[in-house]
Amino acid sequence: MNNAPLLQCSDVRKAFPKPDGAELLVLEGMNLELREGQIVGLLGRSGSGKSTLLRLIAGLSEPTSGELRYLGSPIAGPAAGIAMVFQSFALFPWLSVFENVALGLEAQRMPRAEIRKRSLAAIDLIGLDGFESAYPRELSGGMRQRVGFARALVVQPKILLMDEPFSALDVLTAETLRTDFLDLWGEGRMPIKGVILVTHNIEEAVLMCDRILVFGSNPGRILSEIKVSLPQPRNRLDPSFRELVESIYVEMTTRPKGAAAGSRHERFPGLGIGSVLPQVSTNLLAGLMEAVAAMPFNGTADLPKIASDLQMEIDELFPVAETLQMLRFAELEGGDLKLTEDGMAFAHSEVDERKRIFLRHLLSYVPLAAHIRRVLDERASHSARKSRFIDELEDFMSEEAADKTLRAVVRWARYAEAFAYDDENAMFSLENPT
Amino acid sequence: MKRFEPYVFLRELATRWDVLAFIVVMGLIVFMAETSRGLFAPLSQLSASPLSLDPVHLPEYAARTTFRMLVGLVLSLVFTLTYATWAAKSERAGKLLVPILDILQSVPILGFLSITVVFFLSLAPGRVLGAEFASIFVIFTSQAWNMAFSFYQSLRTVPTELMEAAESFRLSPWMRFWQLEVPFGMPALIWNMMLSMSGGWFFVVASEAVVVGHTTFALPGVGSYIALAIAQKNLVAIGWAIFTMLIVILAYDQLLFRPLVAWADRFRVEQEPGARIPASWALTMMRRSRVIGAATLAFHSAVLWTSRAIKRTEAPLVAAGPQSQKRSFDLVWVTLLVAAVILGLWHIVAVLIANTSLREALQVGGLALLTMLRVFILIGLASLIWVPIGVWVGMRPRAAQFVQPVAQFMAAFPANLLFPIAVFGIVTWKLNADIFLSPLMILGTQWYILFNVIAGASAIPAEMRYVAANFKVTGWLWWRKVALPAVLPFYVTGAITASGGSWNAAVVAELATWGDTEVRARGLGSYIAEATTAGDFHRIVLGIGTMSLFVVVINRLFWRPLYYYAERKYRLT
Repeated sequence: MNNAPLLQCSDVRKAFPKPDGAELLVLEGMNLELREGQIVGLLGRSGSGKSTLLRLIAGLSEPTSGELRYLGSPIAGPAAGIAMVFQSFALFPWLSVFENVALGLEAQRMPRAEIRKRSLAAIDLIGLDGFESAYPRELSGGMRQRVGFARALVVQPKILLMDEPFSALDVLTAETLRTDFLDLWGEGRMPIKGVILVTHNIEEAVLMCDRILVFGSNPGRILSEIKVSLPQPRNRLDPSFRELVESIYVEMTTRPKGAAAGSRHERFPGLGIGSVLPQVSTNLLAGLMEAVAAMPFNGTADLPKIASDLQMEIDELFPVAETLQMLRFAELEGGDLKLTEDGMAFAHSEVDERKRIFLRHLLSYVPLAAHIRRVLDERASHSARKSRFIDELEDFMSEEAADKTLRAVVRWARYAEAFAYDDENAMFSLENPT
Repeated sequence: MKRFEPYVFLRELATRWDVLAFIVVMGLIVFMAETSRGLFAPLSQLSASPLSLDPVHLPEYAARTTFRMLVGLVLSLVFTLTYATWAAKSERAGKLLVPILDILQSVPILGFLSITVVFFLSLAPGRVLGAEFASIFVIFTSQAWNMAFSFYQSLRTVPTELMEAAESFRLSPWMRFWQLEVPFGMPALIWNMMLSMSGGWFFVVASEAVVVGHTTFALPGVGSYIALAIAQKNLVAIGWAIFTMLIVILAYDQLLFRPLVAWADRFRVEQEPGARIPASWALTMMRRSRVIGAATLAFHSAVLWTSRAIKRTEAPLVAAGPQSQKRSFDLVWVTLLVAAVILGLWHIVAVLIANTSLREALQVGGLALLTMLRVFILIGLASLIWVPIGVWVGMRPRAAQFVQPVAQFMAAFPANLLFPIAVFGIVTWKLNADIFLSPLMILGTQWYILFNVIAGASAIPAEMRYVAANFKVTGWLWWRKVALPAVLPFYVTGAITASGGSWNAAVVAELATWGDTEVRARGLGSYIAEATTAGDFHRIVLGIGTMSLFVVVINRLFWRPLYYYAERKYRLT
């Protein structure tokens, strides 16, 4: 077996220019190597840059600095040996299954007969026999993604890139597809030599990957690398499997020591006015607090356990848990979510008392909320235009993030009755609407 | 609808690109008018074989009219695929091309006619071909703009993952265009083609028999037949023409557009299962026909063949070269634009100053206000009538099923065919032209309000209606809180189309003839019409410039903000 890496990324960095001339850093210090016979998982939450990295590898965009090499030569544009499977399948709805699969070969101007032979073989391999003339709209989600796989495999790639390929499918279908894929991979019936899988599902990563790279956000970077040496096929109920899942949860929730220096603490960076706030509804916050306060957790919940109890993926659970942490309603440490005293009090209170507690925490721990309130208090009219705050926020973040952040704070402030916002006139005020 | 992007309206009110676009368009029009001046040539061939009012000839005339329509449609399609693609692919070009399209959309189409007729006639002096070109060009201008807009919008909204898939499977740009971008834009494009067509009949009829200054021509067609019938005061012949047109439009709808819409459904990207699939008997027939099957297969093979034949170029990932090179290119581009603007401004100002006076300009502004008043009053009146009826019909699926196609058909029917009947009435009973000519402006366009409101009312979710019934919301409260808000976004879409159409119709509606009697309403439309008949280019330019300006400003100040407001607040999703 050849020991040269299929893919090598060294010091890759990606930043997007912002309108004001500054740049938005999304990916930094990426070093990654894919060797033959490996499935490497990129695990992280949305915004951690894992999909960005995948697109760099696919040749769909260029790194700002650093280098990506495929079989030793630099990647410039989509390479012939790298194919991709998309989250939303990305099938052409006006082409039949066969035409969708044949498209990549058509682009290579292969002889017709050869296209036909190879396409049918790929369709056969992936279990789509009999569906050749169907259109994507006639297929279920699982079948559509099979077309996505067949389309990728037919061009005989060496590397297969998978961008959350199972996340748009229901649990049962996703599991079937995973198993089928692992069977084909294990039996060596696919042309691919290596796989890169982007996912935010910890169990999926542990189930499928040989190595897992855990990504952190702001900017996206690799926090740690985890080797999975469990033999295939893996069993989710196996204690060592559970242990690994648990340890990844711990890894993803551990706060770095000496956070003041601010490298990883930036999840809620220093919490100045300019921090981007997550879009989490107060219902979710209250719901999670109630769930953690209740039996069997009694105030301290193991994350993997509560994730499976509430049927939430980490992508859904983490933002809520972290918002609770930001509001000092809970602490997130070592894979556990532990409610603070106020968090417990909130969970056990009636509506009005809850609002009072929430108001106190909102104004104490969310500087933007306190800032807006202060401005409204100080003005004789007790009102202020939205644009005033948007302008302030845009010194720190993109236009889109500023808008989202303001919307998040409005949501919380409305619940806490901290101030009112009239969307039609884009005005903040202290008055309650009549 | 087709051409509204979510802009903040104040910022959009007039960007410098709009001003630029306005100047460029007006400059081009002045240029055409200037170059073709004095190139009048008699059209002897046309007068050699005069038209006949014998209904026997009507099938042939109808065929010729239809053919012009088709040619215009094909030209519009070619324009769409090139212009819109250019605008969408090149950010630099798009900045100017899109506002130009927007301004062109506001130029009264019959204004084009008066200028282009002479231009095209001068290209092929003394030949019928020139007249045919001019007529087809009018049809083109009535169809191309919104088709191009729709395709531009589609190109900008191709789902990212589909683009990425195309790129990562290394489709060449040519292949990507035909395999991804064109199919993706197809449903919207066909829908807009249909809208264009229904507007187009009006102009094909108006553009066949033309008098510009000393130039007169009448191309064989339904429009000329009508013109002749008017000149000879022949009401029976007018009846025949109306009947013919009914059949032609019905055939077009059934044989061309219904199949197209049903066929284009496969290109829809959103794939929710419950959606109704449009049906067409003609499509079913065509699908089963071997000839049609072979034709589509041939087209598909052609696409694949050209994809293979065109040399594959490995496009660089990021189109930009070195920064400095890009900047110098920008400099050239800006210089060119500035030159174009100066040239355009100079042209317009020079022509206007030399030939018209400030007094005249003010007078034209006054006439424009009169026409504007008419349009707004008429839209208001039509709304009062059609909104309640539309809501009533829309809430009753069986009634809607019957009324909706009729309303769409009425919108397509060229209302100018009905003008002579009204004018005959005005002349016979000596009615006030200022008032009684006005309704003609909205005769053909009011239907847009009706069928949009019907569509809106039938889209009210059943649950919302149950809620209203459950809480006993009835009477005026029901109209205020349920029906009117629910149909508002649809109504505004319809009213915008109706308003635009009415401005266009003003040019034919405000000045009408019956035999040798002339009936005239004071307004910008009759000013342009008179200037056209007199062949007075400076007045034509002044007239259409003013009208374009009014339409643009009214759109920006009134309709667009209203549209955004309705979309944001009342759109049920």
